[in-house]
Amino acid sequence: MQQTLFDKIWDFHRVAQRADGRDLIYIDRHVLHELHAHHAFAQLQKQNRPVRRADLTFAVQDHTVAIKPGRDDDTNPSGSAFIRAMREGCRTNGIRLFDVDDPEQGISHVVAPELGIVLPGATHAVPDSHASTVGGIGALAFGCGTSELAHILATQVMALKRPKNMRVQLDGRLAGGVSAKDVALRIIAEIGVAGARGHVVEYAGAAVRAMPIEQRMTLSNLNIEMGGRSGFVAPDDATFEWLARRPFVPQGAEWDRALRHWRMLASDEGVRFDREVSLDCTTLEPQITWGTDPSQVVEISGRVPDPAALDPARRAAAASAFGYMDLAPGTPLLGLPIDRVFIGSCTNSRLPDLQVAADIVRGRHVAEGVAAMVVPGSSSVKRQAEAAGLDRVFREAGFFWGESGCSMCAGGNGDRGQPGERCVSTTNRNFENRQGPKVRTHLASPATAAASAIAGRIADARQLAPGAA
Amino acid sequence: MMQPFTRHTGIAAPLIKDNINTDQIAPILHSRGLKEDYRAMLFHRARRREDGSDDPDFVLNKPQFRATGILVTGENFGAGSSRESAVWSMLANGIRVIVAKSFADIYRENCLQNGLLPVVLGSALGDQFIARVVAADGKALFTVDLVTQRIGGPGGPDIAFEIPAADRTRLIEGLDDIGLTLKHVDEIANWEARAQVAQPWLQSARDSR
Repeated sequence: MQQTLFDKIWDFHRVAQRADGRDLIYIDRHVLHELHAHHAFAQLQKQNRPVRRADLTFAVQDHTVAIKPGRDDDTNPSGSAFIRAMREGCRTNGIRLFDVDDPEQGISHVVAPELGIVLPGATHAVPDSHASTVGGIGALAFGCGTSELAHILATQVMALKRPKNMRVQLDGRLAGGVSAKDVALRIIAEIGVAGARGHVVEYAGAAVRAMPIEQRMTLSNLNIEMGGRSGFVAPDDATFEWLARRPFVPQGAEWDRALRHWRMLASDEGVRFDREVSLDCTTLEPQITWGTDPSQVVEISGRVPDPAALDPARRAAAASAFGYMDLAPGTPLLGLPIDRVFIGSCTNSRLPDLQVAADIVRGRHVAEGVAAMVVPGSSSVKRQAEAAGLDRVFREAGFFWGESGCSMCAGGNGDRGQPGERCVSTTNRNFENRQGPKVRTHLASPATAAASAIAGRIADARQLAPGAA
Repeated sequence: MMQPFTRHTGIAAPLIKDNINTDQIAPILHSRGLKEDYRAMLFHRARRREDGSDDPDFVLNKPQFRATGILVTGENFGAGSSRESAVWSMLANGIRVIVAKSFADIYRENCLQNGLLPVVLGSALGDQFIARVVAADGKALFTVDLVTQRIGGPGGPDIAFEIPAADRTRLIEGLDDIGLTLKHVDEIANWEARAQVAQPWLQSARDSR
């Protein structure tokens, strides 16, 4: 019988069916972060249950860490207890921790692939809804809650109901200045914030094949914003090339053997998906959110929609977003004055994201009155960016250049905007109050964020006059 | 830990919006410590006015809904983050049942882990129930019975609801999820042994440096 790649990975990892009908799916790599792990450590200790496979478990400090240069455990006082509990829990349980001062600290979804901890065809779990970022290298990842996190620590399996199969077919070729972020926002706009609920999504098609691995990760990262259970891109030569020689991947003869296996990781020709969606990317413009959920998206040259033109099911949400965002229907997005720009998060903080942004700001300056910051996705990304001189480009342009962490994406480390500020952000959620009370977030690509910082208004990076660069 | 759920009789409060997300339900509050106040966390911003005082217009602040046990809402409840505090904050406020037109996947899983009953009433049935809850206005109680899979209360006949049998059993018996899985510990060990042969790179994650 023909199978999707998801079916193949699921079936291989299916350990047993539990009495309640759930499949026990083996988790090859489990990565924890400090915001949720302490609850699980405490629960296991109380129940006197050991961690089954500490050797397949990793931990990072990312959600609550300060990003100020010279930071320590207490730079963000509301993070100290989490950071210390994480350190203690990892020490007690023998789990490798990428601590605050570790040269490889960073956002879990950035660190795990960049070190080769996750692999194509492997299952992965993180107590975070953006776990599927690593789908960009062909891993099957599940976000989970805290109880599930404790369950995985104790058993190394997740008890799951089998999701359905969905394919998002991305045809054509992206125009210059258009990225995976724009593609993902457009898909979410088309199918809505619950459009992939109950499904694992395979992203396929020529536009995906042409994407560098980092962009495939951006695409997979935003899968949860349309409610998907997981999302991935089948691996190909670009994936294997990207992974080769990373420290935690198999080495030597074992790499060769793994590679032979990974080359077979694909959905069978002609296999049926429960749901199919397609998008021709050729004419796609840069996209930006105007509202308070990630499906409220227009192209950058577009206007805040007229509720009468919307699907009736989306009108109520739009009506409440107008007020929060202080935008009237018909207002053009281009030219809206902004107060803040954030470039970072598991969505868009990898080296190529920073390179795109740096190319736009090089030789220019952030507009007066705009607070702009860049927060690399990992300490390794930060070092590589600095080696390429990007930190200087950003700093000379008036950006704040931070240490790595989740920072202003969810504000778990205290980084946030001021009430009423309008912020262009490369993150994943424009929910009310997420980036600070009453902060108005517009999600966009690194190019759009960088161009907007320079213009002091929402700007189309393709229209910036040629700069000093 | 899981508290069993069989039946709950209580006040039902209407919070009729779609896509209520975890940042709304349980925002990150920057408390300095691991012991968070889940009771205060629930709908922390929506409950309060700018000066920090309670907003009397928010449904759970209204006198008749102060002791709500059943929250009634729209589509895709619990979208967003995987944070389980979005469930713990419900329980800390005495809410044992959420009746929604649909739930976000991770949120629903987190409900099941904690004995918070997620009831899905499809669009038409959901609208009928919402109308009855609005009409009752907290003055008459509703009963959600997981054993008989029925909701009873003022304004009409009992409403039958569907829930997967396995989820129902787990809630009624308050089963220890880890214990349930550990009955398969031999199969887990066998899988590891098979994977060690078939795809050995999955069974080790070593730094080659």
